[in-house]
Amino acid sequence: MTIEIRKLEKIYKIGVERVHALRGVDLTINKNEFVAIMGTSGSGKSTLMNVLGCLDRPTRGAYILNKKPTHKMNAGQLASVRNREIGFVFQSFELLPRQTALKNVMLPLIYSSRNWLSARRLARRALERVGLADRMKHKPNQLSGGQRQRVAIARALVNEPSILLADEPTGNLDSATTAEIISLFKQLHAEGQTIVIVTHEEDVAGHAQRIVRLRDGRILSDHPTHEDPIHTEWVKSAAAAMRAIDERSGAVPADETGPATPAPLEAGGAAR
Amino acid sequence: MIFLRVLFQTVVLALGQIWANKVRAMLTTLGIIIGVAAVIAVVGAMSGLRGFVLKEFETFGARKMFIWGWVPREQRTTISWSDVRITLDEIRMIQEHTEAIDLITPTADARYDISAGRVTQKGALVTGIWPEWHEIENRSVARGRPFFRIDMDERRQVCLINDKAVEELELPKDPVGQFIEIKGRRFLIIGQVETKELSPMFGGGDSQSEIYIPFETSYQMNPYNWIDCIAQLRDPKMSEEGREEVRFVLRKARGLGPEQEDTFRIEVLQSIINQFNSLAAGITAIAGGVVSIALLVGGIGIMNIMLVSVSERTREIGLRKAVGARPAIILNQFLVEAVVLCLVGGLIGVALGQAATIGLKMASPDAMERAAVPPWAVIVAVAFSGATGVIFGMFPAIKAARLDPIEALRHE
Ligand SMILES: Nc1ncnc2c1ncn2[C@@H]1O[C@H](COP(=O)(O)OP(=O)(O)O)[C@@H](O)[C@H]1O
Ligand SMILES: [Mg+2]
Repeated sequence: MTIEIRKLEKIYKIGVERVHALRGVDLTINKNEFVAIMGTSGSGKSTLMNVLGCLDRPTRGAYILNKKPTHKMNAGQLASVRNREIGFVFQSFELLPRQTALKNVMLPLIYSSRNWLSARRLARRALERVGLADRMKHKPNQLSGGQRQRVAIARALVNEPSILLADEPTGNLDSATTAEIISLFKQLHAEGQTIVIVTHEEDVAGHAQRIVRLRDGRILSDHPTHEDPIHTEWVKSAAAAMRAIDERSGAVPADETGPATPAPLEAGGAAR
Repeated sequence: MIFLRVLFQTVVLALGQIWANKVRAMLTTLGIIIGVAAVIAVVGAMSGLRGFVLKEFETFGARKMFIWGWVPREQRTTISWSDVRITLDEIRMIQEHTEAIDLITPTADARYDISAGRVTQKGALVTGIWPEWHEIENRSVARGRPFFRIDMDERRQVCLINDKAVEELELPKDPVGQFIEIKGRRFLIIGQVETKELSPMFGGGDSQSEIYIPFETSYQMNPYNWIDCIAQLRDPKMSEEGREEVRFVLRKARGLGPEQEDTFRIEVLQSIINQFNSLAAGITAIAGGVVSIALLVGGIGIMNIMLVSVSERTREIGLRKAVGARPAIILNQFLVEAVVLCLVGGLIGVALGQAATIGLKMASPDAMERAAVPPWAVIVAVAFSGATGVIFGMFPAIKAARLDPIEALRHE
């Protein structure tokens, strides 16, 4: 058991107004799971991710990460949990603009007690893992969006965290690049990484094993992907839409069923 | 070890940060640069001035002590100046009963009309001295011979003259062996003494004719003449000791009671040098005060720029925290940056001050010959710049350390 959350609540105070962002969330995520968190905007996805990433503290409730009660920790202890146990990928990459890809990936290692040479070695290995072996000396502005996000993923992975958290990692990317990043996540998952991603795209969520849906700070549903009613519904309608397009263009006979997952992603995945 | 490595990395990071904003960093540290440069230049100039003054004093001897009779102000009605005149007996007592005094000579200045052949000079300065005078005043003869004790004992009518007197009396270039008349007496010129060149600052420059005769001879010519005394200390450091010894001897000789004031005065050149030193220290202290104001102003500039830096780099701070930087490390990073900024400013200031000192030296090679910035001044200036960084960098650094990672990452 990697993540265990019980009765988690988060209340933001803005002046006298109180925003109940999370209203009692119970969630367990096991080792090597690949979970997608979905929900409408404002449903509390980011809030939940920030708590999971130890970037924020819950107002009430318990968050136990690898048997450690993080809700009882102080700022310094949380910092070292973030450093050692968590890899966080942001929607807007958050790379240091003046530093090379390698330096960016080395950043977390500066704050753990590793020497510079081994830090460099680990950072190189992480960049190789995400397929950027030939871009180590590039600065972020010399990289494409997808490459930037892969640098950010390498940075998240460099300390071998027990969980990889990504809050809308493909939100700023086009569909082809999204496919690249998703297949990278799948590859990492296949290598044994526990992954939690937030997304509002059903096709992205479709690659996860499990979909957790939030609404108004509560868990609406929690199913394996192929059993999730909304997702299966979406797959059907997407397939239907695809057929309709194919029929209209006359490229494919009407009775041949298209692939269950939309084509662009598979194409992107195959390109890798 | 980990601490040292983190510190090293932070220093490298801070230098990189400063390098990335070179112009801004320069402008920010201008206050510190100017302040430090000013104090270094003042210290350098003071050391030059001190060297110059010391050299001047050395010309007429830092070991010299002057002793003369003096009537205390309250006793002007009861004691006459002739009562307090230094006597030969007293001079001999000082010679015998003091440890710190090496050599001693009486001096009796008188104005006499002198003539050489048909040339007459009215009211020329004629000084009666002992042979010790040569060594005390460090004045040997350029021609002929100096005085010897026998000249004193036999009250010989011999004299030494300087080049100015040779000129004014229209004597031949080598005057040794010529005769001059002083107050109607014939004196044989036995030697010519060098004229001491003093810088105009100390009243030199316009030398006058000088004639020296044996003290005993001058005493015979006028027994009522005023007598001063010049002594030489064994060591310049013994000035206080020497003064006390002479004072003890003279008070005893004059039978002065404990409640009575001294009827003589003692002045040691070393104490004048000491006065100058304390003046120089005062000027240095004022320069120090000026620099502390400059550092204060500079420090406020540093604080301002660090606050700007913290707010500009809020997202970066958020990211660093997100990947595991503890608050203490962020604090350290910004503090080190402020300190490095100030140290760089301080070092530039030291270099500029050093350059100014060298400039002074070249501009006036005579007076500033010994101008140099002592190491302690460099150390103090750099240490104070560093301290300014710590003090004024603390608030921005604490601000950075306390940032909430999520809010920092949301910052635009
Ligand atoms: N820092 C904050 N201060 C106040 N309210 C916040 C803050 N962050 C999020 N919220 C509120 O909490 C709710 C959940 O936000 P969030 O977790 O960002 O939703 P999502 O990521 O699902 O769009 C929203 O109503 C949002 O307005
Ligand atoms: Mg969000």
